Amino acid sequence: MWVAKIVVTYKEGILDPEAKTIQHTLETLGYKNIKELETGKYFEIKLQSNIERSEVEKLIREICDRILSNPVIQKYSYEIEEAE
Amino acid sequence: MKFGVVVFPGSNCDHDAYHVIKHVLGARVEYIWHKDTTLRLFDAIVLPGGFSYGDYLRAGAVACFSPIMPAIVQFAARGGKVIGICNGFQVLLEAGLLPGALIPNNHMRFRCQEVYLRVSNNATAFTSDYEAGQVLKMPIAHYCGQYFADDGTLEQLQDQERIVFQYCSSEGEVNSATNPNGSRHNIAGILNEDKNVLGMMPHPERAAEQVLGSIDGLGIFKSLLGKD
Repeated sequence: MWVAKIVVTYKEGILDPEAKTIQHTLETLGYKNIKELETGKYFEIKLQSNIERSEVEKLIREICDRILSNPVIQKYSYEIEEAE
Repeated sequence: MKFGVVVFPGSNCDHDAYHVIKHVLGARVEYIWHKDTTLRLFDAIVLPGGFSYGDYLRAGAVACFSPIMPAIVQFAARGGKVIGICNGFQVLLEAGLLPGALIPNNHMRFRCQEVYLRVSNNATAFTSDYEAGQVLKMPIAHYCGQYFADDGTLEQLQDQERIVFQYCSSEGEVNSATNPNGSRHNIAGILNEDKNVLGMMPHPERAAEQVLGSIDGLGIFKSLLGKD
């Protein structure tokens, strides 16, 4: 079976107040060396292995563009792995 | 003039909108179930506030794939009037009927309060009942209401006079101190290019009876009725 691991995050320049709050909390706790912190959403999609990797990739891109991310404010990255 | 109010699972301002249209405005109105795929004869459609599909994924993201949405997109393309309030605005943006996006408020807090809005364009089907520059009092109730669009889109919205409502002071001043959520240009409501689709975060249906503290929202529904 194929496993697609997808992460959706905000594009650069979009204010992420949740990330800012978490970063601030970490700094208050004494973690001083944090340069930047980003939040995002993680999705894992399992697919049957009877399709080619290229087809899986095409499908994942379509799903990300159409539903999982909003291209106005978000970007996504993914990894596709083969699993038992 | 006949209104339709769409009911998604999780809508919670559908009854308010229905009540105002039927009992305060005295116009004809019907609910539209989200699983319907065709529309009966309507002149204006309201996408109400609430938390459609629990705001899962992103606010409005799941509702825009509801079975009824293709019919609403088609209705809008034919020039039918559509108004999205709060969650309804989020649905219109996700569906691509309006440009930009709504992201969480810049202070990360749910804001439930009365705000003032400036009518930045009264030459529209939704605002003809108001004076240009009139200041309206209406409530907002949202967490995800920070309007975002890139510079090019904002310029286009401005040039085409599609910014209809802006958060302001009681005197009508639009600045960062009167911005409740960090929206770019204090945007509270915008139109599509053909000016027949309005999306707004404040709740006009909650400001349509004096007993609720304001009747300033009624003008939007009256404006639509006037165009009948």
